[in-house]
Amino acid sequence: MTETDATGAIGGADDAADRARRAAAAVWRIESARIVATLTRFVGDVGQAEDLAQEALVEALRQWPDEGVPNNPGAWLTAVAKRRAIDGWRRRERLDERYAAMAHDLERDGAAASDTFWDPDTIDDDILRLIFVSCHPVLSREAQIALTLRIVGGLSSEEIARAFLVPTATIQQRIVRAKKTLAAAKVPFEVPEPDQYAERLGSVLSVLYLIFNEGYLPASGTEWMRPDVSAEALRLARMVAGLMPREPEAQSLVALMEFTASRFPARTKRDGTPIPLDEQDRSRWDRSQIARGREALARADRVGRGRAAYGLQAAIAECHAVAASVDDTDWARIVLLYEALGRIAPSPVVELNRAVAVAMSTGPASALRIVDELERSGKLAGYPALPAVRGELLSRLGRTQEARGELETAARLTGNERERAALLAKAAALPR
Amino acid sequence: MKYMLIMRSDDAAVEAYKELDFNEVIAAMGAYNESLIKAGVLLAGEGLTDAAEGFVVDFDATPPVVTDGPYGETKELFNGFWIIQASSKEEAAEWAKRCPLGPGAKLEVRRVTELEDFPQDNEWIQKEAGWRAEAEGRLGAASE
Repeated sequence: MTETDATGAIGGADDAADRARRAAAAVWRIESARIVATLTRFVGDVGQAEDLAQEALVEALRQWPDEGVPNNPGAWLTAVAKRRAIDGWRRRERLDERYAAMAHDLERDGAAASDTFWDPDTIDDDILRLIFVSCHPVLSREAQIALTLRIVGGLSSEEIARAFLVPTATIQQRIVRAKKTLAAAKVPFEVPEPDQYAERLGSVLSVLYLIFNEGYLPASGTEWMRPDVSAEALRLARMVAGLMPREPEAQSLVALMEFTASRFPARTKRDGTPIPLDEQDRSRWDRSQIARGREALARADRVGRGRAAYGLQAAIAECHAVAASVDDTDWARIVLLYEALGRIAPSPVVELNRAVAVAMSTGPASALRIVDELERSGKLAGYPALPAVRGELLSRLGRTQEARGELETAARLTGNERERAALLAKAAALPR
Repeated sequence: MKYMLIMRSDDAAVEAYKELDFNEVIAAMGAYNESLIKAGVLLAGEGLTDAAEGFVVDFDATPPVVTDGPYGETKELFNGFWIIQASSKEEAAEWAKRCPLGPGAKLEVRRVTELEDFPQDNEWIQKEAGWRAEAEGRLGAASE
């Protein structure tokens, strides 16, 4: 299988063709999911559909500079890709009855535009299928992420590579392998059956959340934030929520991302050093983004099925978003929300966050007991936030010697250079 | 990036608009809005009531003068807006072109300012650094 990646070629220096190229890139970003979804329905295989769509895009880049962008560019790309599919079948002399029937349908629809392309119900269902297939459990997490950004998000391998700080070739290999895996496993182009639906939806949402987190808390490197990655994840989450208005967790994930992203403008100093929540200038938080988060959470609640993991996390984020200051924050409510979250999705990270909320609501001593218990369990060994929080608590309790040691341990453990510098500065500032 | 699509119509288009089948107009606009929502790009949007209901606060004078009705000499009326998320100017243009508007109508497309657009040595941003310094030493939340 060859890897055609026409979007990567966009943005060349040739002035005459540049405008058409940029227009093609814009169309691709808007239309690629529905083009690939339509083609998958036609050829039966997501990988092949995406290859055909990329070939059509190459054709567009050849033709549009001279002939102008067609009136309905998405339908144009789809039609070119379908014609290529049929040409391919003819070349391989595999024009059996099925393909003959498809060719007939295509001719009946007219070669220039297909009516089904704009039928909202069909296309929404097809895009949903595409999303579920891109996040199918036969694929590794890395493959799910790459394929979702590529096929659903319409990003080039180059753009994905830049987002994840890996070489373009790595992403291209991941995508080629993912397509092969889907074909080999004969993954059907379907929305999952009811008995698997919740689990498969969970997979889709966690892929989107991982992409979002990659943008604001990269595990390594010097850049603390890459908001473009998070913005793309948020766009995809809104898309999924728009396609499944009755799924509270999809709406809740949007809310959680909106609340988190609302703080981006306040999260770093000019030199990129992170600013913790309590030190952020809240006037810099994006109020309209907070309002969108609240709307999304209200939509989730209106479904009337209670709050699950994303709903609870969004509710916690909302508590911060609506508080005028750290002191004004309803920490007792946050403690309760973490307790609820810990019951439905037990995790040592949730426990650590609960400890922080307990510190704010009832004081550092009771919080330290939770953190010490976590440390004894060994569940968070090697996780920099554990000694970072423990160091803060010890410092508030006046145990500066121990606090310094913990902060230095956290600095050693973190892979993010900005975070390391901030921790070391905090350790150095403690009274001797 | 965020772009604002600002809908403007000349007087003739506003009059012509009143002759159109209201249900069709609503349906076309509804479908457009839904396509923005389903693509995950719609951030905000509002339509405005008749300009005759509005008024103008003119800052040529001190104190500003309030005048009933629309812009007076201007031939174009501002009727509503959308704010969308787009990765490029071209993507914003592509969305704008899909808006179901007719002759006499225009969409002015403007990028919404982001924090980076402001000079970082601004007085208010300096003040903020001071506030932050005061807040130093408090407990950092791990939930961040």
